[in-house]
Amino acid sequence: MPEEVLTITFIIPSYLRVHARGQSQVEISISATTLAEALAALWLAFPGLRDRVLDEQGQVRQHVNIFVGDDNIRDCGGLAARVSDGCEIMIVPNIAGG
Amino acid sequence: METSSVIKPKDGSAILMVGTVKGAFLLTADAARQRWQLSGPHFPGHVVYALAYDGRVGRRRIWFSSAHYAFGATLRASDDFGRTWTNPESHPVKFPEDTGAALKQIWQITPGPDSQPDTIYCGVEPAALFVSRDAGTSWSLVRPLWDHPHRPKWNPGNGGMCMHTVLPHPTDPKRMLIAVSAAGVYRTDDGGATWTANNKGLRADFQPEKYPEFGQCVHKVDRHPARPERYYLQNHGGLYRSDNSGASWKDIGKGVPSDFGFAMVAHPHDPDTAYIFPLEQEMRCGPDGKVRVYRTKNAGRSWEPLTKGLPQKSTYETVLRDGMAADSLHPAGIYFGTRSGKLYASANEGNSWQLIADGLPAITCVKAVGIGEQRSAKTAARRIAVKRAPVKKAALRARPKK
Repeated sequence: MPEEVLTITFIIPSYLRVHARGQSQVEISISATTLAEALAALWLAFPGLRDRVLDEQGQVRQHVNIFVGDDNIRDCGGLAARVSDGCEIMIVPNIAGG
Repeated sequence: METSSVIKPKDGSAILMVGTVKGAFLLTADAARQRWQLSGPHFPGHVVYALAYDGRVGRRRIWFSSAHYAFGATLRASDDFGRTWTNPESHPVKFPEDTGAALKQIWQITPGPDSQPDTIYCGVEPAALFVSRDAGTSWSLVRPLWDHPHRPKWNPGNGGMCMHTVLPHPTDPKRMLIAVSAAGVYRTDDGGATWTANNKGLRADFQPEKYPEFGQCVHKVDRHPARPERYYLQNHGGLYRSDNSGASWKDIGKGVPSDFGFAMVAHPHDPDTAYIFPLEQEMRCGPDGKVRVYRTKNAGRSWEPLTKGLPQKSTYETVLRDGMAADSLHPAGIYFGTRSGKLYASANEGNSWQLIADGLPAITCVKAVGIGEQRSAKTAARRIAVKRAPVKKAALRARPKK
């Protein structure tokens, strides 16, 4: 049985758009069930994003938040969070002080 | 102060590279170093702990580390004095997966000796040394130091577990000294294959054992390029000199208002001269509300305060470990930047000072160089030979009065 192809929209923060050809949103069609698989497709399309979102051990950087839909992935399985067709994945830096 | 989008130094000019907690600034002035041109902030909002100038084999390359609070630390370079900067897709300095470590900050960027013009080093946090052999394109971890049996016992200082000093020998590529807070000084004589703790005589007031093999909180070390066996060291409490490549250290802290401080700068041409910025321990500010650089001209046997042009009343300034620098011109320019964003310059070896920039973000790092006159061992050795040559009385009489 062929795997389902999902269409996922990534929301790119302004600081990282230089590594996404200036785009604020990126739509990718992939076969994926987890956030890690979806992000792997994003890194393939835009390699400059990876090291800025993940550290060299593959962990989401401490002050980067990723939301799948309305859910912060830290509350729903981290990189193993489930993704679905039509979902939005938002990458956003923490709010910073002075 | 002239502000522009890019500085345009000429041969014989001085360049100042200033890192702050919110970006980098570049300044230039002609050899008189009285009128400065400033560009920046470069990469506003980024913390810049390290800057370096690589003038080897005709390059005019400025390196700097930029750390974004969310998106990590990377290395950037400019070959046109800041008009354009590299922005590599992949962060060039990365820990291998098997180490389990992740880069927090790049604390030091140091070009290798002239005989290895494509070698460049980075000292980082967590404390480790990286090397590039292809002029900064690719980097690798120096494994023998990372795997050193002492490393698991190193403890971080308040600034983090950082390698803040990287001093390659100017002529022997197999030799290098590094320093880590709070681990102390380590040295290799075989190109990095083995490393030995070089902390004999260095005090560790904060430990039960005052003179341990390692664990000292060394704040900064500098060396003279033409007398590479001589080092000056600012400790967390204590000023030291070594005349045997770090094998042992002699206390030279008499005659200063405090032997605590962060910065230590060796004079670019005279091995007997060095500069410090003493701080009192509680506030980490210049003692007595005064801004004073101290200079020794006799290798630490005595120190003199340098205050002309500096505030001497109710002023509380802090200079961090990389916040002071010397250029390579004649006479040497000495510079320091404060956590309150003031940048001071002396064009006459510290005898008098000028505030050349105010209102910058907190300054973490100041590096200086003379364009076309980079501080090389060969040049410095020639200058020392000239200095030590006998001077005829007639020549002395002919010298103009200052």
